[in-house]
Amino acid sequence: MMTKKLKNKMNLAHIKDVLEAEVLCGNDYLDKEIKMVYASDLMSDVLSFVKSGSFLLTGLTNSQVIRTAEMAEIVAVCFVNGKAPQPDTINLAAEKKIPLMVTKSFMYECCGRLHEKGLSGDDDSEKIQP
Amino acid sequence: MMIPKKSNPEFTKVQELVYKLQVRDAMTKNLITTDPGTLMGELREILRFNRISGTPVIKEDRLVGLISIEDFIKWLAEGGKKCTIKDRMSTDIKVLYEDEPLIHAVSKLEQTDFGRLPVVGRKNRRLRGIITKGDIIETLLHKLEIDYHDEEIHRYRASHIFEDIIGDKVALTVQSYVKGKDFNLAGEASSGLKKTLERLGMHPLVVRKAAIASYEAEMNLVIYTDGGTITVAVQLDKIRIDVKDNGPGIADIQKAMEPGYSTAPHWVRELGFGAGMGLVNIKKCSDKMDITSKVGKGTHLKLRIDVKNTQRQSNAG
Repeated sequence: MMTKKLKNKMNLAHIKDVLEAEVLCGNDYLDKEIKMVYASDLMSDVLSFVKSGSFLLTGLTNSQVIRTAEMAEIVAVCFVNGKAPQPDTINLAAEKKIPLMVTKSFMYECCGRLHEKGLSGDDDSEKIQP
Repeated sequence: MMIPKKSNPEFTKVQELVYKLQVRDAMTKNLITTDPGTLMGELREILRFNRISGTPVIKEDRLVGLISIEDFIKWLAEGGKKCTIKDRMSTDIKVLYEDEPLIHAVSKLEQTDFGRLPVVGRKNRRLRGIITKGDIIETLLHKLEIDYHDEEIHRYRASHIFEDIIGDKVALTVQSYVKGKDFNLAGEASSGLKKTLERLGMHPLVVRKAAIASYEAEMNLVIYTDGGTITVAVQLDKIRIDVKDNGPGIADIQKAMEPGYSTAPHWVRELGFGAGMGLVNIKKCSDKMDITSKVGKGTHLKLRIDVKNTQRQSNAG
């Protein structure tokens, strides 16, 4: 018998609370729902592996993060370690309607908290019916 | 800690509109005005009949004050003794010029206790109209609706372009020039391509594959070359992407195709790229990929994305 993985979804406002993050832009879109999270500082990996509709945790703060998010259909980005990006990056994200947050927590801590809440890295498990 | 405060610039469509639109775009022009000599007792009927909560007070074409339902209530509460509007109107009023951006109206309305502000011409200061918060909201909503509608029409027309053009083989070609070493603009070309493909109504996974492949190729142009061109030919059944530059070329293509192999300098890695995944990613996103290169001459990358193939992948999950 196959066990169904714990599946959960969360809106951005809830994620913001879980990560104790501050919203940098995109306050209007905090009702968007997230099912998957990806965490990386390497944008090439993000482009290669991230699923459409994911939430991205990263320590990288340049504008290429936003471009990558746009190309890979990432819903929102949270910068970890309290590193906030330059205004240019925030402006670009606002233009692309990609909400940005920043949290003081470290990457590992962020991943742990979101995983604990039932968010997975992949929604393939959705296809596995009990 | 460098967490910026809430004052960070965040430009939404509405914010763009309140700067772009002028007060005259939102104001009410057909004005109900009153004369300072009108009796307060008559005011109620004027407001009720016109379903308004206040009017500008005009004497010989000049604005002399504002009178509102609050003034009327206050007058009643204080006994409702017979007097004229002139005795009860507010004279200390802010005005707006008709050519000011709408954002000024928003902030001035915020600062005053009045629910409405008169609008005057900049030269002769004659009353041109009146503006309320309701007017502003209505104008913004209307404008947003129009913009949304335009975008819909745009999309509709674009997605039918292939049906409208007659020919045995129809391709739409889009070319972008990419500047080398300009990291701020890097990604612009691919961002534009993504939008174009969406508007053409291509399958979402086709759009995603093309956007990612093009973006990685664009990053390569920015990182390693002095610039180049990305040419995209869109057909109903496939997309071809051609990326050309004039150097420096790839010495060992086979090696460059190995995951993790990179010649990128440190500053590129700091940007989250140059990890030796670029070409690997491009290959992963395309159904066919060809690369030719000569050191010192340049590189030519050709790739193809098949629509049917991609749709099958998408259905298979």
